[in-house]
Amino acid sequence: MSVGDDKKAKGWLGSEQRRLLVQEYGIFLAFLILVAVLSVSNEFFLTAGNISNVLLQTSINGVLAIGMTFVILTRGIDLSVGSVVALAGIVSASFVTSSATAGISGAPYPVALGIGIGLLVGIACGAVSGLIVSRFSVPAFVTTLGMLSAARGLTLIYGGGRPVPALTPAFRWIGTGDVFGIPAPVIILAIVFAVSWWILNRTRFGRYIYAVGGNPHAARTSGINITRIQFVVYVISGGLAGFAGMLLSARTGSALPQAGIAYELDAIAAVVIGGTSLSGGVGRVTGTLIGALIIGVMNNGLDLMGIQSYYQQVLKGALIVGAVMLDQKRNYGA
Amino acid sequence: MELLLEVEGLKKSFGGVAALRDGRFQLRAGTVHALCGGNGAGKSTFLKILMGIFKRDSGAIRRRGKEVEFASPADALASGIAIIEQELSPVPHMTVAENIYLGREPKARFGGIDFRAMNRSAQKLLDDLEFDIRATSYMMNLSVAQMQLVEIAKALSHDAEVIFMDEPTSAIGEREAQHLFDAIRRLQAQGRGIVYVSHRLSEIFQIADSYTVFRDGAYVGSGALADIDRPGLIRMIVGRELSEEYVKTNAPTPQTGIEVVALSCPNKIEDISFSARKGEIFGIYGLMGAGRTEIFNCLFGLDKPSAGRVTVDGAEVTISKPADAMALGLALVTEDRKLTGLNLSDSVRANICMASLPEMSPAFAMDRAREARASRDMRDQFQIKAARDTMPVSGLSGGNQQKVVLGKWFLRNPKVLLLDEPTRGVDVGAKREIYRIISDFAAAGGTVVMISSEIDEVLGMSDRVMVMRAGRSAGIFSREETDAQSLVHLST
Repeated sequence: MSVGDDKKAKGWLGSEQRRLLVQEYGIFLAFLILVAVLSVSNEFFLTAGNISNVLLQTSINGVLAIGMTFVILTRGIDLSVGSVVALAGIVSASFVTSSATAGISGAPYPVALGIGIGLLVGIACGAVSGLIVSRFSVPAFVTTLGMLSAARGLTLIYGGGRPVPALTPAFRWIGTGDVFGIPAPVIILAIVFAVSWWILNRTRFGRYIYAVGGNPHAARTSGINITRIQFVVYVISGGLAGFAGMLLSARTGSALPQAGIAYELDAIAAVVIGGTSLSGGVGRVTGTLIGALIIGVMNNGLDLMGIQSYYQQVLKGALIVGAVMLDQKRNYGA
Repeated sequence: MELLLEVEGLKKSFGGVAALRDGRFQLRAGTVHALCGGNGAGKSTFLKILMGIFKRDSGAIRRRGKEVEFASPADALASGIAIIEQELSPVPHMTVAENIYLGREPKARFGGIDFRAMNRSAQKLLDDLEFDIRATSYMMNLSVAQMQLVEIAKALSHDAEVIFMDEPTSAIGEREAQHLFDAIRRLQAQGRGIVYVSHRLSEIFQIADSYTVFRDGAYVGSGALADIDRPGLIRMIVGRELSEEYVKTNAPTPQTGIEVVALSCPNKIEDISFSARKGEIFGIYGLMGAGRTEIFNCLFGLDKPSAGRVTVDGAEVTISKPADAMALGLALVTEDRKLTGLNLSDSVRANICMASLPEMSPAFAMDRAREARASRDMRDQFQIKAARDTMPVSGLSGGNQQKVVLGKWFLRNPKVLLLDEPTRGVDVGAKREIYRIISDFAAAGGTVVMISSEIDEVLGMSDRVMVMRAGRSAGIFSREETDAQSLVHLST
């Protein structure tokens, strides 16, 4: 029913505010309940060491999921991020390794160069996907599925199927260092989140993303260059995947060709749990961050309880579907 | 005489909001009964209860004197009530016959489908209705109007005794509408009862013999259409006096606002020329598919014309994308606000600001105070009724949604307003407000080009009218020298 009339709107306003409250904070509430339950049931959960550990575990998926949020908001999807993690990881590693055989000639180069190269690789992958999706109207699912395969293949070709070990300590800092006890990856995640939040909520580009995802026809008629927006979101996702790849190799000390397999699934899971609609136009990056934290906390909690990781996967599956079921009920009524 | 359908005291609320407070209705055999009311009057809720989609909170529904209860649309159909919905739901990759007999295909041996029998009976049904559609063609190859006709044929194929038609002509042209009316008259002669729901009063007076009016979710009155005139019916629908149905205070000036010369786009439009002056409302009338919308698409950079010149304010211009058109002061209110006008998943404010984002973000970051101010200004100017401007635009009534689309463009201070069916699906009260907005804009020196398939609207609002037929112009006439008959005649 329409709610045009003022007198009708009064009763509705209450329920609308309730709905908004659940929509905006429901996921946050779920997160707090999860944390509360785990703190009560396990004494180690709320220790500084464990919290830092959870955040560290979450940081890579968090960065990927934030990039994924940009793409999904425009009705797209990026299945290639796991492979881009590996490709960017191994290419950048080859610039900052002290191994004589695995690196390129002249390595190790300065850290900044390694990071710059890794970012460029991610951006290039995203740009190819973005170009194909936006210019040639190939469905995002197909395009990025192709990129998933191609980037993995390129990773194996580049490294000859072998890992690149012995990364320089300076490079490893971004994965293992800390500032006043806060792990560097966590700081990086915080910065990525803050910038993304600002872009999506406070800038012209953010408004464009929501408009293109909500109704591309209306966006186009309103003078928005939808091709460009669709292109740029894949570049963002690719760039962040490249960055995540370097965080991963920096943390483990070597870049593995099989790194990042199935990472796209965790990233999509975080976005979906965070309440972003796969049909585009609706969702918040804050939700994505909490979604990533929920996955991280859940894995950690189950680890602490000594539950096998096999069961964790089953629970994660249930969580993803459950979150969307709640969403449907909320949006379309019971 | 026994009533085919009788409804009393029907009530339905959603989360504490009453959508229908007192639905009353009586349908006699062999009549066409118009169900009238503005947007939000409770008509759709009423229909959905009768279809078995919503469960009523209270009230009685009697079918030929017998109390009935529908749990699903199948129940309603089984009791002889068919509803032709406004929103179409065809299966595009199936044939017309398959769509008509979906779920009740004639059986052949071994559990297969007797396609020959199905196609034959579908074709007979279409031929009886004089709809020029082949039963074996694929649904996706039909125009919107043809799909609507198939939907009508489908409802009639159920052999229902009570047939509801919800805005059946909103997507079809005048000629097809006449076919539909012929079909309705035949059904009426067979003793069936037809309930006709439409905002178009001229159609109601043409086809219906009795009426029931709902307002604010409750029954207001009913009677024979012979006993009421048009202003009287409008008064009942809106609940207050409307002095004039149309508002026209503008006067064309001698300066040209926009001029189009020999505009062509292959297979869509050919050799279209016209010029609209400042202060003028220039109407474009034609059937669906006559190439009306395509003219606007070419002018606004949504489609590439193959030939032709466009002049705005005396200077020849090239428009290759909507941003070019907008920079020249053009604004386009599209035909289907849900499909191309609004971002339904976002707020009223976001929608109002959607076409002005670069202006509101001089340094990339949005000036949020300016967004809020713009939204407030437009809501005040157009009296958009919304509890808050952060609420989803999907929660507004059709008329208010249309005013949001207008607000989005007026925020840009346009010089030339391109309006495609500006009052489609809008109730009588809001229609008048929209006419006022259009008229004020033209009176202040703006140029308006308005497409409409409602003859009364075209004649009531335009200074001159161009008639479109099969992608070509069939002539331009001033409002004094033309009338409804000649417009229809020229367009077919």
